[in-house]
Amino acid sequence: MSGTLSTQRTAADEVVFETPGQQINDRDPEQELLTINFGPHHPATHGVLRLLTTLEGEIIRDTKPIIGYVHTGIEKTMEDKNYWKAIPVVERMDYLAYFFNAYAFCGAVETLLELEIPKRAQYLRVIHMELMRINSHLLWLLTSALDLGAISMFWYGYRERDSILDLFEMSTGARMHTRYFQVGGVAEDIPVGWAENCRKFTKGMRDRLGQYRAILDKNEIFIQRLRHIGAVPADRLLELGVTGPLLRAAGVPWDLRKAAPYCSYEDFDFKIPVGTDGDNYDRYAVRIAEIDQSCDIIDQALDGLPEGPYVADDRKVVLPPRHELATSMEALIHHFKLVTEGFRVPPGEVYFPIEGPRGEYGMFLRSDGSSKPARAHMRDPSFVNLQAFPDMVRDTYIADFIATLAMLDPILGGIDR
Amino acid sequence: MPDATGLELLAQELRDTDADAVVATEHFRGAAVIEIEPSKVTWVLQRLKAKGFTMLMSVHGVDYYPEEPRLGVHYELLDMKEVDRVRVKLRVPTDAPQVPSVTPEWPTADHQEREVFDMFGVVFEGHPELRRILMPEDYEGHPQRRDFPVGGEPILFTYNDARGTDYTQ
Repeated sequence: MSGTLSTQRTAADEVVFETPGQQINDRDPEQELLTINFGPHHPATHGVLRLLTTLEGEIIRDTKPIIGYVHTGIEKTMEDKNYWKAIPVVERMDYLAYFFNAYAFCGAVETLLELEIPKRAQYLRVIHMELMRINSHLLWLLTSALDLGAISMFWYGYRERDSILDLFEMSTGARMHTRYFQVGGVAEDIPVGWAENCRKFTKGMRDRLGQYRAILDKNEIFIQRLRHIGAVPADRLLELGVTGPLLRAAGVPWDLRKAAPYCSYEDFDFKIPVGTDGDNYDRYAVRIAEIDQSCDIIDQALDGLPEGPYVADDRKVVLPPRHELATSMEALIHHFKLVTEGFRVPPGEVYFPIEGPRGEYGMFLRSDGSSKPARAHMRDPSFVNLQAFPDMVRDTYIADFIATLAMLDPILGGIDR
Repeated sequence: MPDATGLELLAQELRDTDADAVVATEHFRGAAVIEIEPSKVTWVLQRLKAKGFTMLMSVHGVDYYPEEPRLGVHYELLDMKEVDRVRVKLRVPTDAPQVPSVTPEWPTADHQEREVFDMFGVVFEGHPELRRILMPEDYEGHPQRRDFPVGGEPILFTYNDARGTDYTQ
């Protein structure tokens, strides 16, 4: 066999990591290339993702993501819906970040309408979005840990996620795809006792986070599967348009909540966790630290939750309160017009970017002056981040393929829309 | 966001290099928009990159039906240091939908240009692999166009297949 390359995986202590990243660059001219389909039906793809992978022995030489298996035409459907009816549809794009999808959409509509959002509504949105971020990171953590063989983490993660869904059920009436955010604010104020439950959750979550760290951070297998694997330099990630925890893990402290605060994020004191190497371990560590920061934001928002209305009082956009319908003819007319035709939005184009659990969710919205969007497009971070995946796994072992894919955290609903 | 003055200065700088490059500027809801000639997109984005707009956050298509030229492509640029955004847009007619691809300079545009091609039929010249990305490879038509009907598509069933009424045939 020519060169120093062994296509068999050797014992771990024989693999020398001179630089971060485990790239094996010497091609063995004797070795045949093998092209296989990874997916679309494979549990480790976390959805319906097909990866056309070229292998040389056990080393991945190239991979090509093939997507579109769960394309449901949500953007096209939205063009056929009134603005208020488009919210449940847009929530189903990235199904682990429904509050972020809904907020990106509502924020874009509110920018077009130049609608002022009451402070209480903004805080309620922040609380729900941060709970959503924890939910999304938990689901990422538990499925990734499962992929790496830590099955107990799977049950622990679902336990905490379930208490978040209980909170959503209490405040919004639904556990997933809640349609809680609406243009002008939120659908309803939080019920009595919700804030206490939420505080109980953040306190419990911090304790649990310590337990997760004890399980995973001191686990030799877990660390060896992650450290020095799948690293891509920050400038390459920037070229590829990668945002979110993947970029922060490579040491770029870019977070829209800090850089261009929206929805009152400037009121809260929180940190942006960043990594150093940008390997899989950093990606894990950054997300874990973000859960902690989200708990801090939720506590601050609950402490400072302002009194006042939970929705704007522009009667041309927001439904009138129920009790007015019995006494006011005007309210009845507004209600009728809003439910049947929907509100009209001034013509124009906006792009509304927010920081979600996977990076920048940017809603592009074009209005032609009618009550339905003329074009709605979600810049979904999973879709853009997926392009960095070939760079992450090229010239690494196939055994690390699953780990890197798990740390990429792609949500196929968001990729295919 | 560059304010209205900053936007005009930026546009003037582009006009100084090539008088025909900029078609229009618009400042709407705090966002700066530069509309350009489709053929100039490569160097305009390069110039803006040199000005600090180093990130291409999003490429998406729009159908302006019934206005002409119908198809639009938008490039959302981001300056991470100044936290500044500018949108570059261009418009092409449906019978000559050629736009130079920016994928060689901006690898992030790869999948996004493919999506615009898939959904609107804009042809990105110089794209390394311009294939459909979300719709099936053998699909006909560009579903995000405004004159494409919603729900008018036969579903792939063996019954349709046997009768020869499948849309793939």
